[in-house]
Amino acid sequence: VAGGLCPSSLSPATMPHMTRGGVKLYQVVGRKAPTEADPKPPAYRMKLFAPNEVIARSRFWYFMHQYRNMKKTTGEILDVNEIREKDPRTIKNYGLWLRYDSRSGTHNMYREYRALKLTKAVDAMYSEMAGRHRTRPRSVQIIRSAVVADEDVKRPNTLQFLEANRAKFPLPHRIQRAPSKKMRSTFLARRPSTHFN
Amino acid sequence: QPSGFSSLSSCRRINRNKNNKMGFSRFVEVGRVVLITYGPSAGKLATVIDIVDQNKCLVDGPEEITGVSRQVISYSRIQLTDLKVNIQRNARAKTLKAALKEADTMAKWEGSEWAKKLAAKSKRASLSDFDRFKVMLAKKQKSKIIAQKIKE
Repeated sequence: VAGGLCPSSLSPATMPHMTRGGVKLYQVVGRKAPTEADPKPPAYRMKLFAPNEVIARSRFWYFMHQYRNMKKTTGEILDVNEIREKDPRTIKNYGLWLRYDSRSGTHNMYREYRALKLTKAVDAMYSEMAGRHRTRPRSVQIIRSAVVADEDVKRPNTLQFLEANRAKFPLPHRIQRAPSKKMRSTFLARRPSTHFN
Repeated sequence: QPSGFSSLSSCRRINRNKNNKMGFSRFVEVGRVVLITYGPSAGKLATVIDIVDQNKCLVDGPEEITGVSRQVISYSRIQLTDLKVNIQRNARAKTLKAALKEADTMAKWEGSEWAKKLAAKSKRASLSDFDRFKVMLAKKQKSKIIAQKIKE
């Protein structure tokens, strides 16, 4: 599937292949276009995740016309900025509050991820939702995302890797990986060893 | 003999942990020195600074010493070594460099059998035709001496 618009899936609720290349965090500011009746309409700022600026703008209108009385034709986007990670050197616990459509209804969810950047956590979330719940990126809306302090972490999988728990584990069943594609062999003379500890 | 057996016995020799019921001596932990076996930094050493989750960890060369920059790397791309450095979680490059120097890790690595085997392998791969000729002559000399000894 090419990383662009799929003609068959062009409908209001769809989104172009969202996760190819990973998402970025954008801040989009927009307002309803000023008119004689309302010369200074309030501006709204939205932070959203999108693979590029074009889709960020599109998603801005998607959400804005759901929550406010404005749409792309009656409004204007004032500014779009990419927000880069302030501290990409430390691992943080990210909590993501989502709303997603399953086959039989729509549900809320809270998920936790450990990552260096918020955008990486969001990428992991989309992949995991696709894997565990078969949700497509178009069916997922991120309500809120935040860095979660170690004391507030809820999920046992995240808890075990917190600093206080001093994770230490072996790698028991190691499947060796050839250093390059060229050095892969289809057949081996001997059964490879999986114990390297 | 199944290939797993010899590595198990060598593992028991290295293992100094008395409570080690599982027989593992190499752990993913902060300070563990690892060898990167896949990707752009393949063949280089790095140290685990922090653990992200069950599939990846944060690793740093440090860049000055081994050329590996601070990055998240999957466990499938690394191999754990016996060496460990005493650092805190998320150690800065400067601290890591000092800790490596104090523990003399790089020298210990170079003296290990593993590193020597890797060096020999890369040397053999980079031989010129003349070098290979010299190797052949050396092998012939060696087998001549051995044959003489056997005769005696």
